[in-house]
Amino acid sequence: MVGKTLYDKLWDNHLVRIDDDGTALLYIDRHLVHEVTSPQAFEGLREAGRKPWRVDSIVATPDHNVPTTDRSVGITDPVARLQVETLDKNCADFGLTEFGIDDIRQGIVHVIGPEQGATLPGMTVVCGDSHTSTHGAFGALAFGIGTSEVEHVIATQCLLQKKSKNMLVSVDGDVSDGVTAKDIVLRIIGEIGTAGGTGYAIEFGGTAIQALSVEGRMTVCNMAIEAGARAGMVAVDDTTIEYVKGRPYAPSEAQWDAAVAQWQDLHSDDDATFDTVIRIDAATIQPQVTWGTSPEMVVAVDATIPDPANEKDEVKREGMQRALVYMGLTANTPIEDVQVDKVFIGSCTNSRIEDLRAAADVAKGRKVADNIKLALIVPGSGLVKQQAEAEGLDKIFTEAGFEWREPGCSMCLAMNADRLEEGERCASTSNRNFEGRQGRGGRTHLVGPAMAAAAAIAGHFVDVRTMKQAG
Amino acid sequence: MDAFTTLKGIVLPLDRANVDTDAIIPKQFLKSIKRSGFGVNLFDDWRYLDTGEPGMDNSGRPINEDFVLNKPRYQGAQILLARKNFGCGSSREHAPWALLDYGFRVVIAPSYADIFFNNCFKNGIVPIVMDESVIDDLFKEVEANEGYELNVDLEAQTVTTPSGKVIKFDVDEFRKHCLLNGLDDIGLTLQHTDDIHAYEEKRKQTSPWLFS
Repeated sequence: MVGKTLYDKLWDNHLVRIDDDGTALLYIDRHLVHEVTSPQAFEGLREAGRKPWRVDSIVATPDHNVPTTDRSVGITDPVARLQVETLDKNCADFGLTEFGIDDIRQGIVHVIGPEQGATLPGMTVVCGDSHTSTHGAFGALAFGIGTSEVEHVIATQCLLQKKSKNMLVSVDGDVSDGVTAKDIVLRIIGEIGTAGGTGYAIEFGGTAIQALSVEGRMTVCNMAIEAGARAGMVAVDDTTIEYVKGRPYAPSEAQWDAAVAQWQDLHSDDDATFDTVIRIDAATIQPQVTWGTSPEMVVAVDATIPDPANEKDEVKREGMQRALVYMGLTANTPIEDVQVDKVFIGSCTNSRIEDLRAAADVAKGRKVADNIKLALIVPGSGLVKQQAEAEGLDKIFTEAGFEWREPGCSMCLAMNADRLEEGERCASTSNRNFEGRQGRGGRTHLVGPAMAAAAAIAGHFVDVRTMKQAG
Repeated sequence: MDAFTTLKGIVLPLDRANVDTDAIIPKQFLKSIKRSGFGVNLFDDWRYLDTGEPGMDNSGRPINEDFVLNKPRYQGAQILLARKNFGCGSSREHAPWALLDYGFRVVIAPSYADIFFNNCFKNGIVPIVMDESVIDDLFKEVEANEGYELNVDLEAQTVTTPSGKVIKFDVDEFRKHCLLNGLDDIGLTLQHTDDIHAYEEKRKQTSPWLFS
């Protein structure tokens, strides 16, 4: 028998039926729901007189649109408030579990799923959000879907799918101190490009990935979509199982051993074949900073901004030129000379407790630079916030001049009041640096949490590794 | 979903790669709980000179005359000619809703992001893939000829240029069937209810923790 990849196994385990042309009906174990991509789906269900197939598979929370400031005053934006209230009403009407805005468990949907143990190894996980790939960190098949598919999953517990191709991205060796999961994944995207993974499910493997914590693996899988792959995943190992154990939605004690026994098989077989294999030497990865308007426009912190004149591909060259104009940057400028106006530490990529600890480690005993107009820390969930406060991280941040906020998606996509103004430049731990992503005319540079904190302290990009030595 | 069979329409060339769904419909318009009304805000950041907000009267807003959507020669366009990796980024189905609401029924590009590609089919939009060299030629022809129209025939899987050149394209058989007949996926899937129940029964035996 030919060996299977992790993706092959997950696919086969969830196959309800498959047609001769390869159109498959895939069973969905977990459906995460938020306020922005679900109202039209619930409306569709009502219009057709349909009911949810399995209410216990759904966990909902508002995250995209919620304010990160004092919540006792409610949501002041009436359009946003209506959307959040619509989610509340839909969950109540259809009998779904929701962690509402006042629940300590509320937060970014991709933070709370794993935090609650609602994301488990071997599951299929979907959500009307492209960063659903995050959950692949657990050896799960997780991907983002559109609103029509949200409705389809609620009504049928299944999705119509065609199988993707298999890609292995293997990062081997040891990363140097101060290089994080974010740097690894930015480097991968820089190497394969934003469409490099289109049509593939990516498995991230190799010793450098295995060495990451589950939170680090989530950061890597989160950005699989920025490489064009709907799904990213990492094999299950002891680190995964240890993380899941004891969480509210994890298997009960009676079922635990059977579950773990099954999860042990969630890795690619030794003789499995991939359609594409990418290998990266971990030792060559430096802290990364994006300079343009696509996550693939990324360089190491000690590099200079690339010169479009050196690009042979015409469409690519024009894209680079447009990006430089939009970003207000000049080719060949050292990245460390680029000053920033705002700093955002948060998002489904980097808002977990380890991210906050890494940022606090840099911020401790230092002050945010005078040229920084706003430095925001937005925890990924109420529970992350609570944990950080128990560790005193909030004090470190506020004493350094950062703002400590309530959980949500916040300035990652700027649907709420947290945004960049025209021309403002931001060091951001989020996942997309597209034109206008953080606000019309805003200029986003993607970095890891420690690098973002370092930029806040220095007022410009700086190699956090040199800062740490100085401190 | 409206069925799609054939369409003859004006082509609008959007000559940039990696157009993301936030460019197609910016995030502030996602606060709507409806499926319709997004067309006036399609490409909002590029189309207008000010910042758009939901509920705004768009008729009085300053127009970016340089943006292709605002050029008089492309008014009434129903076919969008685009570059590679079109529709990348956020999974928002508001992007195809906005394209459809504006009047586009066909997109032609060398490649698409997977989620956007999928979302198009659910809304009666045909996302056609063509080789980059063919796309290059189409851009040149569209820009050189005012009123340039293409004739799209889904059944025959062809695009015909004004000069009579016929370009074949591939489309998934199942998706083509759904588009041609305007079929609702959910209704089709629910014909397999017995299969879904049978799968669930088996899974409850092997992995009971998934059902508690």
